[in-house]
Amino acid sequence: MQDQHIASAFDRDLEAIQAILMKMGGMVETAITEAATSLEERDVETAEKIRKKDKEIDALEEKVNEESARVIALRAPTASDLRTVLTVIKISANLERCGDYAKNMAKRTSVLADLPQVPGAPASIRRMSREVQLMLKDALDAYNQRDAELAEQVILRDEDVDQMYTAMFRELLTHMMEDPRNITACMHMHFIAKNIERMGDHVTSIAEQVVYLVTGSMPDDARPKHDKTPYLSEG
Amino acid sequence: MNDMRLTERATAMTDTKIQAHGVNVFYDDVHAIKDVSVDIDDKTVTAFIGPSGCGKSTFLRCLNRMNDTIDICRVTGDIVLDGEDIYDPEVDPVQLRAKVGMVFQKPNPFPKSIYDNIAYGPRINGLAQNKAELDEIVEKSLRRGAIWDEVKDRLHQPGTGLSGGQQQRLCIARAVATEPEVLLMDEPCSALDPIATAQVEELIDELRQNYSVVIVTHSMQQAARVSQKTAFFHLGDLVEYGETGQIFTNPEDSRTESYITGRIG
Repeated sequence: MQDQHIASAFDRDLEAIQAILMKMGGMVETAITEAATSLEERDVETAEKIRKKDKEIDALEEKVNEESARVIALRAPTASDLRTVLTVIKISANLERCGDYAKNMAKRTSVLADLPQVPGAPASIRRMSREVQLMLKDALDAYNQRDAELAEQVILRDEDVDQMYTAMFRELLTHMMEDPRNITACMHMHFIAKNIERMGDHVTSIAEQVVYLVTGSMPDDARPKHDKTPYLSEG
Repeated sequence: MNDMRLTERATAMTDTKIQAHGVNVFYDDVHAIKDVSVDIDDKTVTAFIGPSGCGKSTFLRCLNRMNDTIDICRVTGDIVLDGEDIYDPEVDPVQLRAKVGMVFQKPNPFPKSIYDNIAYGPRINGLAQNKAELDEIVEKSLRRGAIWDEVKDRLHQPGTGLSGGQQQRLCIARAVATEPEVLLMDEPCSALDPIATAQVEELIDELRQNYSVVIVTHSMQQAARVSQKTAFFHLGDLVEYGETGQIFTNPEDSRTESYITGRIG
């Protein structure tokens, strides 16, 4: 890490904001994991807890924004300090969205609990959200360690999530065509899968912010796009 | 990230006004400036920043040969203004200083009237043929110094009776009265309050339309606010020189980073 500021209160301010961000990150990771588990186990109670917990995540984002505005106003940060503040604001917004998606997953869990199980889908969702949660963990580690290389790897891994989503899309389509009674459950499952795919995009954005924080420029957008569903037709 | 600030992009294409190459300055055997090369653009504000004793003021004073007045000071290397070496023995330092004006840290109006403060330079340089022309120069200079409206009714009162901020703007008006091409400013706002500072900074931005302005400042925020180019000096070396936005968001050298972010470096 870098040397200390001459004004030690500046260090304390920056550290405090980043500590809130890390707390948010931890809560979002937990929300993602628990949302997937409660979906698979049809655990409506845990799902309800996840929904309530999202308010805390939202409050932390507010706090990050407030404190960041304060640092900008009072300390006029420059160079890596400025990039830290800008990055923290964006990452907290990304985390907040991920939290919303986990909450949405939990909401659908309570509906899905009363519907027939879609074979294979909850397990696929669990694998997908596991991958996103691991990506998020690595992105936050990359942030803490100012490790641009690790962040670049996270960016590349979003492809895997996109591919998993495309596969699920096909799978769900097949179920719905086989038996129209599956449609309600499959539609919910599809939205969940799509939400996880979007979480992957937010995690990618977090990793991009880490690259910007460390290097001062955004990574090149050479990332191949593997969500082919916009072009898919029946079958 | 390397783009100029949006409003400053127009200045990105300006010509070089001063070229300094391999400049070394010694005070006796103290090596104060070490092999500094820098191109200063025309119609641009260039800020020199760095910790005390880094050589930024010394280097600034090389640009109009103010260091000539210090016996133990020796300057080597080339400083070329509009294609002419200013250290050429043929160059008259007095004429050079008419072309390269200077404003100092403390406002230093002459103990004369406001009018005479401005008229002094044009008079000794023979810039006015008659009283009417001189009046015109005085008014124009005071307007450029953004102080005309405040002093137009008391031109014949002493300049020393003005407030600090007004005195400094008077000194800037005095510096521009001889139609210089380059304006050197050595911490022009360090003795001023925030309002007077803002007025002088606004003035610097206006002066940029006509002059090449070089400012030495201890306030990094001031450098960030007024300049388009920033040079960071450290222990007599020019560590980094570049577009101000880039220096303040993503400096290349770790010493620059440490200095501008307020770390011990």
